[in-house]
Amino acid sequence: MAALTGTAIIRNGSVFDPLNEINGDKKDIFIREGKVVSALGSAEQKDALIIDARGKTVMPGGVDSHSHVAGTKVNAGRLMRPEDHYKSVRAKTSITHSGSGYTVPSVYKQGYDYAAMGYTTVFEAAMPPLEARHTHEEMRATPILDMGAYMVLGNNWFIMRYLKEGDIEKAAAYTSWMLRTHKGYGIKCVNPAGVENWGWAKNVSGLDQPNIHFEVTPRELIRGLAEVNEMLGLPMSLHLHANNLGHPGNWETARDSLMITSGMEPRNKSQLEWGETRESARRRQTVYLAHAQFSAYGGTSWRDFCSGAADLAKYINQVDDVVIDSGSVPFGPATTMTGDGPAQHDLYMITGQKWSNTDVELECGSGVLPLVYMKSSPVHSVQWAIGLEVMLLIDDPWKTIMTTDHPNGGIFTQYPQLLTWLMSKKARDDTAKECHKWAYDKSTLGGVDRELSLYEMAIVTRANPARTIGMAYRKGHLGAGADGDVTIFDIDPANLNPNDSAALTAKLARPEYTIKDGRIVACQGEIVSVPEGRRFYCQPYMDEDLEKDMLKDVKDWFKYYTVGFANYPVPDKYLKNPVAIPVNQPLEAVMRR
Amino acid sequence: MAEIILKIREKIGIMVEAEAIKPESFAGKSKEEIEALLVWQGPEKLPLSSFFDVEASSPSASPEETRIILQGDLSRVKRIGEGMKAGSIEIDGPAGMHLGAEMAGGSILVKGNAGSWSGREMKGGLLHIKGDCGDHVGSAYRGSWRGMTGGQIIVEGNARSQLGGGLAGGQITVGGDVENFCGIRQSGGLILVRGSAVRGVGAEMNGGTIAVCKDILQPSPGFVETGREEDPTVGEVKLEGRFVKLSGDYALSKNAKGTIYCREV
Repeated sequence: MAALTGTAIIRNGSVFDPLNEINGDKKDIFIREGKVVSALGSAEQKDALIIDARGKTVMPGGVDSHSHVAGTKVNAGRLMRPEDHYKSVRAKTSITHSGSGYTVPSVYKQGYDYAAMGYTTVFEAAMPPLEARHTHEEMRATPILDMGAYMVLGNNWFIMRYLKEGDIEKAAAYTSWMLRTHKGYGIKCVNPAGVENWGWAKNVSGLDQPNIHFEVTPRELIRGLAEVNEMLGLPMSLHLHANNLGHPGNWETARDSLMITSGMEPRNKSQLEWGETRESARRRQTVYLAHAQFSAYGGTSWRDFCSGAADLAKYINQVDDVVIDSGSVPFGPATTMTGDGPAQHDLYMITGQKWSNTDVELECGSGVLPLVYMKSSPVHSVQWAIGLEVMLLIDDPWKTIMTTDHPNGGIFTQYPQLLTWLMSKKARDDTAKECHKWAYDKSTLGGVDRELSLYEMAIVTRANPARTIGMAYRKGHLGAGADGDVTIFDIDPANLNPNDSAALTAKLARPEYTIKDGRIVACQGEIVSVPEGRRFYCQPYMDEDLEKDMLKDVKDWFKYYTVGFANYPVPDKYLKNPVAIPVNQPLEAVMRR
Repeated sequence: MAEIILKIREKIGIMVEAEAIKPESFAGKSKEEIEALLVWQGPEKLPLSSFFDVEASSPSASPEETRIILQGDLSRVKRIGEGMKAGSIEIDGPAGMHLGAEMAGGSILVKGNAGSWSGREMKGGLLHIKGDCGDHVGSAYRGSWRGMTGGQIIVEGNARSQLGGGLAGGQITVGGDVENFCGIRQSGGLILVRGSAVRGVGAEMNGGTIAVCKDILQPSPGFVETGREEDPTVGEVKLEGRFVKLSGDYALSKNAKGTIYCREV
């Protein structure tokens, strides 16, 4: 009965709910029909699923705000790597599908592995509009997880054209139409102006370098897209994959890019019911920097390569309008995949590995390449250090989110290992001893004593990713009205010893329970039920006349596409359990004019 | 040394996947326990006794002390000795695919022919095949570029295509001929072919050595002659006659360090 209704009580656990400023307090969590409530009536209590969490850690379900889990480049990563699959297999059970793949698991395995680790919400970090159908097909097939996908717009011909002409309104009209048409959640900007140049085997090197033909600079694109973002009032801020990614000395580019949106006002104009939180659940940032590790490099070449994380962190510590995710490197096999085609080509030239490259017509590009991060490698050792530095040197955990930029820096199943390093200096020191000496010699990590608490861990894996992308109205906390997504770790905060890193990693990897919408989905790593997840996307409103005007331009240039205009949109049937978020409703649009 | 004899009872239909046949699985086990070991046949897991008559005296003390003798036509039994680290296996007839795949030690002797993928991604030990072999002997598996890394494979007969694909270490000796793309993507180790090769020898090779004692019908285009040698020594083997020494594959990179010896025509 209880299993069907999604009504549950989690008793006596030590609750870590940062958005409600609950720091390890003994507390009961009540869930009625999938939603957190402040109390349950006695009749309801009788039918509820009751979990005794005494001596255990209770957190909101995990939220991954940047992961590559659906779409063409993810599938390219699967197709080009059979060797990634035959040694990592999952047998089917009576309720789960079989699956395979270590660095890029099949959609089923992905869903189960995330859920088994305590995550219930995962957002795909890059959906090229033209590949939106494929992305939604894979998300539709992913079990358990609630998902959404950010749309790649940083090298889009229409955006570049409108921003060059200084026509922010048309750029906004185009963006809003595109989000509705492709069921996208937010704006992702990958190597603005640079990927377009990649069509001519070139890149851009500075923020003020105009690109070929469109003559638009990265700075204009970042500024323009951020303005569009706040004009529409999208739940998430602009999500930026900075220029010069993966190049020594790029931390300055990253800092200068983050300065571009300085002074803008974050405006989330989504019309939603917000769960109760003590801390504001609305985003403060106007730019969300993706995988900071790949953008925090010092030095001038791979010979004098060093960390630039301290310098980047210094800037971020001074401002309140930036959030980063870490894109950390936990060592081992990875499959790099990004919309940054030229960056992938650079990596191919260094490694000689198998490499796939795609041009997405008028919109963007992408590249895929397998890579093994090795402790013996000087550069990889520094990358490991930087991935931890960006989490530890930025003082306010509300500015950081822990990721591996799965599967670029590492695999999402390595999050527990990553957390152990963040929570224990001893664990870091032990690993540094196994690494190339550059790990500590070329970074400041060796001198960092900070260790994240369970409260901070809940911020960087739950509360902050949810708040940053605008999902904290229902995710990332356990206030009344939130989704009944809960992770219960077999960790007694009173007896937590982060220095026993093997035990901590194991406990973080296999929570006692993962609960989604008040129902148990995983128990000690075993999947016990397989609900269908929701698919979130934004439906921004735009003035109809402006939109008609804009669509004339789109139809005019559609001759350059290989698809017909009628086949461009993503039909509703591609989404299972869609949740459309209304943004910028008419009244406000009228007032703006 | 404990000897365990497995005799095939009748012709096998759907191929059997028998990675359970290796000294590590048999060591310390009684006849009944060995008979009960499970192997896959299609979607079914069945005990060894449904295919083999097992003869075993007393349980062996360790894998090192275990000698397995297989009798009959094992050409439809795959993965024999996969991952074995010690002990020995002797096969009186032909053996199926993936024989000795990923083996790290011990020895396997096949008196008949062996199938494709024999010694795939092998790390150590000795794999000796008296007859002919299929494709991909000592090579990397699908998608991987790292094949055999150590140990020795001896094929007395002929081998087919992609022998030693991705070879990174160890030695493969073929008494007869090979077909296409022998040593493709090789980065280390030695391939010695006593007979001839068809084409693609050393394609995308970046290290290691290949010696072909008779003809290469269509030499790979990315190789450059660096000299001629009389009775050269490759690895620990002294070859007889005059050989052309080539370096490449420059189709892959400017700094490729692969070496091919080919009998002077």
